[in-house]
Amino acid sequence: MKTPILVAALAVLAAGPALAQQARDQIRAVGSSTVFPFTTTVAENFARTSGMKAPIVESTGTGGGFRLFCAGVGTQHPDLSNASRAITKSEIETCTKNGVTAITEVKIGFDGIVLAVKKGAPKFDVTRQQVWLALARQVPKNGQLVANPHQRWSDIDPKLPNIAIEVMGPPPTSGTRDAFVEMVMDFGCKDFAEIKAIADSRARAQACAAIREDGKFIEAGENDNLIVQRLVAGQGVAIGIFGFSFLEENIDKLQAKHVDGVEPSFENISSGQYPVSRSMFVYVKNAHAGVIPGLREFVSEYVSDRSMGENGYLEKKGLIPLPKAEREKVRSSATNLTPMAM
Amino acid sequence: MTDASLAASPHTSPANASANANSVHMTDAARARLRRRYAADRRFRRVGLAAVLFGVSALGFLLFTILSNGFTAFRQTELRLDIVFSRDIIATDGKTDSRAIRAADWARLVRESLQAKFPDARDRRGSRLVEALVSPGAQGQLMDMVLADPSLIGQTRTVWVLAASDIDMIVKGHADRGVAEEARRVNDRQLAWMDALQKDGALRLAFNTRFLTGADSRYPELVGIWGGILGSLYTLAITLALAFPLGVMAAIYLEEFAPKNRFTDLIEVNINNLAAVPSIVFGLLGLAVFLNAFGMPRSAPLVGGCVLALMSLPIIIIAARAALRAVPPSIREAALGLGASRLQMVLHHVLPLAMPGILTGTILSMAHALGETAPLLMIGMVAFIVDIPSGPLDAATVLPVQIFMWADSPERGFVEKTSAAILVLLIFLLGMNAVAIWLRKRFERRW
Repeated sequence: MKTPILVAALAVLAAGPALAQQARDQIRAVGSSTVFPFTTTVAENFARTSGMKAPIVESTGTGGGFRLFCAGVGTQHPDLSNASRAITKSEIETCTKNGVTAITEVKIGFDGIVLAVKKGAPKFDVTRQQVWLALARQVPKNGQLVANPHQRWSDIDPKLPNIAIEVMGPPPTSGTRDAFVEMVMDFGCKDFAEIKAIADSRARAQACAAIREDGKFIEAGENDNLIVQRLVAGQGVAIGIFGFSFLEENIDKLQAKHVDGVEPSFENISSGQYPVSRSMFVYVKNAHAGVIPGLREFVSEYVSDRSMGENGYLEKKGLIPLPKAEREKVRSSATNLTPMAM
Repeated sequence: MTDASLAASPHTSPANASANANSVHMTDAARARLRRRYAADRRFRRVGLAAVLFGVSALGFLLFTILSNGFTAFRQTELRLDIVFSRDIIATDGKTDSRAIRAADWARLVRESLQAKFPDARDRRGSRLVEALVSPGAQGQLMDMVLADPSLIGQTRTVWVLAASDIDMIVKGHADRGVAEEARRVNDRQLAWMDALQKDGALRLAFNTRFLTGADSRYPELVGIWGGILGSLYTLAITLALAFPLGVMAAIYLEEFAPKNRFTDLIEVNINNLAAVPSIVFGLLGLAVFLNAFGMPRSAPLVGGCVLALMSLPIIIIAARAALRAVPPSIREAALGLGASRLQMVLHHVLPLAMPGILTGTILSMAHALGETAPLLMIGMVAFIVDIPSGPLDAATVLPVQIFMWADSPERGFVEKTSAAILVLLIFLLGMNAVAIWLRKRFERRW
């Protein structure tokens, strides 16, 4: 009774290698979880309007995405890589080494990182320097770096309210954390003489980026929804760090802090005034255009006005569009698949 | 023993009291010890009961939250609109082939139909707001209608279209319409339109068939769980087809035929060890072997099934060996004594008797495999997949992955869908366990 099943199972195993060279008629994208909602939205709309199969999008993180993307040319490797930062030099080197020599960079828009509290919590705004003083592992005191003694916001600046410091943010594996460290922590620390005095640049960067581990900063997992839920269920003391789209979706429950005096609004992020915002990219493997059906059309759909333009469907998902002139530039290089300089 | 039975026990009954008055069991110290022992007994039972009650209430709370969050997902808000399938929009240059129909500006068609109903929405801002009442899925719905019947072009039809998720959330009470306007995703003008529709009877909550027949989407009102269910079914079918025969054969060989020596001990230790290895390790193994070495397709249930089969094998082997060991040796001896070969003894007598236990173990390990996401992450099954898989070689995802991805989405509408998907998963598990019980009852034999 079991023999036929066994034979079938062995046949399946034996057939495995033979499947390797089968053609792929579906676009594959990998990469950042921040860009994931946007690429998937385009994928769905592309499938509807073109009648082709919807691209498969995996959320692997920016770095993990490039590792897969740069692994080589051929149908077993992905065609697109989503990234919440620009591709790095070393990633380009990996790509080149594996024969991925022509890549088109498509800048799709901006994303803001917000610091928000539960609606109804006491209102106060912060500067990046204050945030660094609240969260750094070591802070300058009388000419030296000491373990962060700040327990309450008023310890940092008497003008801030007498509220315990409690911040929930993403863990180090998250791209949002990288961006937060780069844009808030690195900026917040740079004006202190004690930091400038560190000669070794690596030690200096480490002193800026290190976040305290005494329970004041809570790593709340990769899931931004969890941070939102914990903020709403809490007493209103905690501040959460997450992406702008989560603020927009929960605008009835949360209020955002102004950072350096700028409100994280759509307009302020788009104009670049809000300091904690980053660009998002999609990278296209040019060698796959014409091999994978629909790749060129998918990229055209991505950069079309109804998608990443003003009032496009990506804007409704929380993407902050590029200024018009830049959008035109991106569109022409994307539709022509103009490779980036490598 | 309860207090009453304690009182009635011979040690304390008056009849024996005098006879045993001098017994060592009746000294004050002995009575005190006895009381302490019975008190310890009662305490232990109370703690045990408390533990059970705690577990039951935790489960009850979980089920209550899931049910109360999830049951609304099975109904979806719809709006009744008079749609003008205008020739100017659908067939701009007179062409009505499917390509031209797909390329038409369906958003404009929906918008103009809404503006015909609400003439006050003709300004620039108003047209954006009114468009946001209706789900983007409506465009696809209308397009499919015209693709199926091009003669609709130029006509007007009354159609129930899906409402946008923001509207749906307000109708279901998941979003509060009482808060200040700037703190709402739906503003006062949109609320007024919504109320007008409701007054006309042009707003209803209809059964959400799409949830049971569709696949993933970025729009919470358009998602479906069928893609995940099918992916899980294909994956489990492969897992079962690989792990069950291999596991049972390995168990039979080890239990009935293998000589007992150092080598088989080593194998046994290894199998027990493998059963405790974290599942992500099997995912890494699958990535290295099935994807990189064999070059099998990414995201396919075939690969997922192979990985999960590796993961379930040790558990099935352990369960099957335990079941085989539980068959009394007398049955083996009787079979051998009547001249059966060892193989006949195993296949005709031992295996049928061990089958209920083997099946129970197998189904439990399948239920375990059904709930796995970590090993699938490595082989690309944690992905956004819109198309429903048509076979084990198509890209697919599974139920728990679907739950994980929806829980991770920012849109409010996904909260109820996540809970509803958990409900579906629980029903799936319940079904599998019911099958396990049925099989056990069917094959059970007494001796």
